[in-house]
Amino acid sequence: MCLAVPMKIISLEPGDRGVVESDGVRYDTDLMLIEEPRIGDYVIVHAGYAIEKLKIEEAEERIELFRRMAALIKTRPLP
Amino acid sequence: MEHGGGGKASRELIEHEILRRFESRPLLDLADGATLEVSSNQIVMSTDSYVVHPLSFPGGDIGKLSVYGTINDLAVSGGRPRWLSLAFILEEGLSISLLEQVLDNIQAAVKECRVEIVTGDTKVVPRGRCDGMYINTTGIGEKIEGFSLSSQNIRPKDRIVVSGSLGDHGMAVMAARENLAIQAGPISDTASVHRLVESLAEFGPAIRFMRDPTRGGLAATVHECIGKGPRGARINEVDLPFSPQARVVAEMLGIDLLHVASEGKMILVCDAAAADAVTKRLRSLPEGKEAAIIGEITDQPGRLTLVTSTGHQRLVAFPQGDLLPRIC
Amino acid sequence: MRYIDAFRQPDTAAYLLGEIDTLTRRVCSRGKSIRIMEVCGTHTMAIARHAIRAGLPASIELISGPGCPVCVTDPGYIDAAHELAENDCIVASFGDMLRVPGSSKTLADAQATGAQIEICYSPAEALRLSKINPHREVVFLGVGFETTTAPLCALIIRAAREGIQNFSLLTGLKRIVPALWSLLENPVQAEANPIDGLLLPAHVSAVIGVGPYIPIVTRFGLYAVIAGFEPLDILYALVEMLQQMVSGKPALTNHYNRVVQETGNPKAMQLINLCLNVQDGLWRGLGPVPQSTYGLKPAYRRFDAVSKFGLHIRPGRTDPRCGCNDVIRGMLRPTACRLFASTCTPEHAVGPCMISAEGSCSAAYRYERDA
Repeated sequence: MCLAVPMKIISLEPGDRGVVESDGVRYDTDLMLIEEPRIGDYVIVHAGYAIEKLKIEEAEERIELFRRMAALIKTRPLP
Repeated sequence: MEHGGGGKASRELIEHEILRRFESRPLLDLADGATLEVSSNQIVMSTDSYVVHPLSFPGGDIGKLSVYGTINDLAVSGGRPRWLSLAFILEEGLSISLLEQVLDNIQAAVKECRVEIVTGDTKVVPRGRCDGMYINTTGIGEKIEGFSLSSQNIRPKDRIVVSGSLGDHGMAVMAARENLAIQAGPISDTASVHRLVESLAEFGPAIRFMRDPTRGGLAATVHECIGKGPRGARINEVDLPFSPQARVVAEMLGIDLLHVASEGKMILVCDAAAADAVTKRLRSLPEGKEAAIIGEITDQPGRLTLVTSTGHQRLVAFPQGDLLPRIC
Repeated sequence: MRYIDAFRQPDTAAYLLGEIDTLTRRVCSRGKSIRIMEVCGTHTMAIARHAIRAGLPASIELISGPGCPVCVTDPGYIDAAHELAENDCIVASFGDMLRVPGSSKTLADAQATGAQIEICYSPAEALRLSKINPHREVVFLGVGFETTTAPLCALIIRAAREGIQNFSLLTGLKRIVPALWSLLENPVQAEANPIDGLLLPAHVSAVIGVGPYIPIVTRFGLYAVIAGFEPLDILYALVEMLQQMVSGKPALTNHYNRVVQETGNPKAMQLINLCLNVQDGLWRGLGPVPQSTYGLKPAYRRFDAVSKFGLHIRPGRTDPRCGCNDVIRGMLRPTACRLFASTCTPEHAVGPCMISAEGSCSAAYRYERDA
């Protein structure tokens, strides 16, 4: 019961709230669980609450690794 | 708005708000029925009642929906839409400005689709007896020469084609409900597909089946096409056109977009040899610019599968019940 | 969608499946099979939805664990929700709970006969309902693991801050680690359902961190990986686990490091500890499990529906033919249940595993039948 999506904080509102955004969808979110939220941070949103930040460097590093794997399969002969 | 019992108030409503927008001969007579001159000996007829909450949503409202919905049902049945009936059930206390907006949208939609509203009805019910406004439209169209549509005609290797992104309407309506704090969400795709259908007439029998994927979305439509057999279907996840907004909201709410309604798209099954030309033709029209081949008919009776991003297949079930936001 | 789409790439999936194949052959050289438990229901769902099982070698068996909160909720909890609705409360719930059978009926049944059951995507909507219905009592059905527990604590704090009187929580909040202990310590279980590896939850771990798993992984010598819920996350975690197996050294690796910190989310844990006490609790499938649930602390007891309305929650009745209790413990494959797809379908579910979106029976029925 743990579906959540990464979204970017685009504004901070009083009372530990903020607006998060992904691909043009904006959503009013509770940020009470986030330590020092900043505009531009990516957060993982579950049931209307940001539960943790998403670390961009780690995400990008993994994406790059996956990209290299994809390139390898293209050069690997098919079985 | 007052509750009218066929008295002066309803007469005024009909004259001031409805008749002045739709100047068709049969309607202006305010007779009990419309007489229509038909040029084809085959007509197509379809009816649908429209109930939507909220009444107005990004990209449309119940009025647009009630015109395009019935026109699309006629079109995908191989008909050229000509005439519509328009019947309202209005809740006492409904705001006149909302009714005017809905009527304006109906007026624009019938004009765009070159159909006439030829008969109608308006009832106002006491407050609490209906959710703002219900609309029923019945449409009549003339059969377009050339099509011979039947799900019986589908055969293995036939291609499944969609005219554009799927699920935008269902996600727009869900995101617009007041209890979700979504400030900007998907835009409903509410529109007519009749021009797309007309443009395909020359492909004739190469087009086996057409349907607009409303309730139950792509999954329900393809299941209805294959039935319990002898054919099945396979669709490819990577080829499915979705708008990023609909995808974000579906991911948030835990909803499978394959089950979500569109209101301005069509799905068709055609001969594999014609599939590229059919897709190209659809793409040549603005409302079909995202058309794509998304899968094919198989010989696995009644089975609809999806090839996922892992390259393997899973079942796509017939959708059940209302879509509910969920967190798992 | 960048941070979703990048984790659903066909070429990378093909590469990882190739690696899994090669590594599995090394691990299973003597006809042995590998049994991996995906602890979290969201993993169960992702595995089915992305057709991951279909791509794995036959010698890898993925077994669903006790991490579907709807499935492990005792029917007595649903009965209590019915009692609240019958007493004119507005019952607010995640959509997930609506069709789950209580002892005699579902909340959807109650809704159809006039009870006010409001479906919320976010528990914050329940607070809004309290404000617009000042003369009614609103009760939110707080079901979930730590991922959901932390937001509900934020909600309680907000309700307290705003002085809201007509809102309360029917707590059904569970902790995943005590459930794993209960499962793995059971000797019958260990005999009948030996587990080699654990695929550990993504978002529960985002809240609790890596530490709470260490004792259990060490005690039972398990290969364990914390993984995200996207298909490439799951496949890459399986590669990691198989590499651990090749080296023969059980370990605990955090592969979802873009979200999960070693220490979890300290602010979320702080709010949980502020509002809630750890207590013993009853699980469907597992029975009573010590220290496995959360209840409101005295300072917040006014938001506890059980004490506010004097409820007595009793264990509910379940259909004796239903295999959910064994399915939840990973002892019974959904398709091996004698009710599966005959008496029990998502349209007419006998047990919660068939109705919950992430129940393993539901996943098997909707996505994997003879696929």
